[in-house]
Amino acid sequence: MRYAVGIDLGSTTTKAFVLAEDGSPLGRGITNSRSNYDLACQVALTEALIHTRFALVAQALREQGVPEPRAFALLADLERLFRREQYRGQIEVLARVTREVVGRFGVEDARPAVERLLSAMDAESDALYAPGASRKSDFFRDLAGSRWHALAEEDAKRTGGGFDVLTALFDKAILEVENTPWGESTFETFVRAAMRDALRIAAADAVPLERSVERAVAVVLEKIAGVGTGYGRARLPFPKESIRSEILCHGLGAHAMFPGTRTVLDIGGQDTKAIQVDDAGIVTSFQMNDRCAAGCGRYLGYIADEMNLGLHELGPLAQTAERTVRINSTCTVFAGAELRERLSLGEKREDILSGLHRAIILRAMSLLARSGGVHAEFTFTGGVAKNPAAVDALKSLVKENYGEVKMNISPDSIYTGALGAALFALRDAKARTTAPVTGEVAA
Amino acid sequence: MSKTDTSQKDSSQLRQKTMIADHFTRLSKAPDTGEKCVYTYVPGNLTELLRAFDVLPVLPEINALQSGMRGKSRDFIAMAEKQGHSEDVCAYVKSDIGMQATGNVGPTGERLPPPDLLLLSYTGCFTFLKWFELLRERYKCPTVLLQVPYQGEGVITPAMRKYVVDQIRDKVIPELERVTGRKYDEDKLKENLRRSAKAEDDLVAVLESAKNVPSPIDSWFGGVYYIGPIFTAFRGTQDAVDYYRELRAEVEERVRLGQGPTTPDGDLGEEKFRIVVEGPPPWTHFRELWKMFADEGAVVVASTYTKVGGTYDLGFRHDPDHPLESLADYCMGCYTNLNMPTRVDMISNYVKNYKADGFLINSVKSCKSFSAGQLMIMREVENRTGRPGGFIESDLVDPRYFSSANVKNRLESYFQMIQQKRAAKEIA
Repeated sequence: MRYAVGIDLGSTTTKAFVLAEDGSPLGRGITNSRSNYDLACQVALTEALIHTRFALVAQALREQGVPEPRAFALLADLERLFRREQYRGQIEVLARVTREVVGRFGVEDARPAVERLLSAMDAESDALYAPGASRKSDFFRDLAGSRWHALAEEDAKRTGGGFDVLTALFDKAILEVENTPWGESTFETFVRAAMRDALRIAAADAVPLERSVERAVAVVLEKIAGVGTGYGRARLPFPKESIRSEILCHGLGAHAMFPGTRTVLDIGGQDTKAIQVDDAGIVTSFQMNDRCAAGCGRYLGYIADEMNLGLHELGPLAQTAERTVRINSTCTVFAGAELRERLSLGEKREDILSGLHRAIILRAMSLLARSGGVHAEFTFTGGVAKNPAAVDALKSLVKENYGEVKMNISPDSIYTGALGAALFALRDAKARTTAPVTGEVAA
Repeated sequence: MSKTDTSQKDSSQLRQKTMIADHFTRLSKAPDTGEKCVYTYVPGNLTELLRAFDVLPVLPEINALQSGMRGKSRDFIAMAEKQGHSEDVCAYVKSDIGMQATGNVGPTGERLPPPDLLLLSYTGCFTFLKWFELLRERYKCPTVLLQVPYQGEGVITPAMRKYVVDQIRDKVIPELERVTGRKYDEDKLKENLRRSAKAEDDLVAVLESAKNVPSPIDSWFGGVYYIGPIFTAFRGTQDAVDYYRELRAEVEERVRLGQGPTTPDGDLGEEKFRIVVEGPPPWTHFRELWKMFADEGAVVVASTYTKVGGTYDLGFRHDPDHPLESLADYCMGCYTNLNMPTRVDMISNYVKNYKADGFLINSVKSCKSFSAGQLMIMREVENRTGRPGGFIESDLVDPRYFSSANVKNRLESYFQMIQQKRAAKEIA
């Protein structure tokens, strides 16, 4: 099966989107952008191809006459168990690296505690991936990190050992774990491991499930084109002609998701873009934030840190506000100072947060105005589009300034840039009359 | 680029280099030779008149931009800020103040003389006024302010002209006579103006050569070198006449050979984008920005910045038959003295006449006379020409306001947007 891929290397996360030759979406993947950009791209692509193969499993189940709700349940179990095996696989790598780091830094005293932590984490994996269990993040770094710290704290309390040493060991090790490339057969390895339990759960449907998985494993995935975008795009393993500005990719991606789109607002980690597109998704005008990153996703990250909250907790908390405190500062650091000042004056956290969300959106409104205004339909993308308080503030300010405008937000909005890039890749592939250049097979 | 070509290019460049070096050496010796020096600014400068009194001009904003290009402005600005100048003050001013505070050593490494007179033609930049107040405080020297009326209605009326001529005759000339101890010699001024007009003809031919496809020159990055002599101390001199004659011949030869512009990193390959630029360049990152353009195959075919010292391509020439009147018209016709509708007309015409794919604004943080109204200009020109406008932000000589990644990102996006529009048009 031939595919085109778009990769969006952002400052916070790296996204990959895979399209079939006929333009139909196959899969998408995301990972945290680590210091090694090439690897981040590789991991995102591997994840997108894993997602693709799950889609192939689903297709095979349907073809074998397994009814839709049942197929959905089978697939959900399989994916959950797959993630558990993947998590275990990464813990194995973590174990190997941590043991080595203990030796390298000569902290042999910590070795017994390290072993206790590692086996506890492995033992926990069943519960972590039990049906219905919720996880704080999809990234191994976050998941393993939070468990390691919790277990290390407990262990240190119980045994009187050093907590700091254990934390330092993890910090050293996780960098190496993250930068350990994934094998070419990631999907096959973990899906086979997952099948042991999956077949048992599938009971009467074990035969079609097994057949479907084998069929998906057997498909050869062949890359025919790739386009990279995002802030780190110059570092992407693509030739120059395969690198597109994220402005163009977001424009085209938003058009593909919502064909009526005329104005796109993308608020990412370190930049905000207001883009106008025509009826074919071609960018006609754009504005970006200038030298300052206030009004970007990082602003919220900074505020979350200041308030000792998780990033995903900010929006819902701000939504409980009874009033919106006016935040005057447009500077991230000053806003932090203003936040502390307001707190000391007795203002409620949620009311201040509501004001901060309004402040970030006000910056975006200025960019929108400079780019040519807001025209229907209006599509909001980027990580901040997942924040409900930011969305509320945007809705009300757009209405105030431009009247009723249809606003689109896709739950997959984080993939907008990668989707646009994949569409460009497909166009490039079609423009080339020659046979496919590469035939990389992965996952 | 062929070998002969390089030597031709070098010929006018070398001449300019020698002219500038000689001028700065002469300035450094002025305290000994007794030659008088006048500090004045590029827009609305009265170089022919100064030269008629054998006075040597010093252009503070040119020294500031040279400091920027030579990586010295950062320290000069820090020095000025230490003295109490705010972060928002024009970076040219701070760079110059910093340079003066550290010995007034100019761009060529030679000491600049103190001014015998500060002569300010007020052409749209309010900061110039404050700048000279600071210099007057330092040097306690006489100061003349020539009030140049803004072209609010887009025309020069006889009353406006008379107002400026009266000031030149009744204020500027008597002060120059007093400072130099010489009598005003109108024949000498006329001679200078005659030479100016000759050089201006050749400059216009050079700038308009960019109407060719491919353009033989870059009218912004390359253009700032071409305007150098005529915007500064050399207008009205035989040196300027010779320089522009030579430059024009070089450029016409490039046209004949169908060659594109050269860049510091060699010949520009295929001309992919023809761009009109509004605003001054960021001097501290001049080469870096030029490379960003060159890497994309982008050529600036016309720019407004090369009109700050005179809008010769709109038809103005210094006129020996009407010496003071033509000096007055010159002052009033500088780019920053034009109202917004005139600027919009100019840029729109550039886009059309130079067959540009689009126009780009470099918005300068510390320059209000350029930055005011730029977004309005962008919308208007887009509407009139149907060509896309782009927008980048930087500063004149304050390196802190240049973010390479951000500028590169916007430029790449902008050029790709043009490319995409072009491709869509081909399909349609």
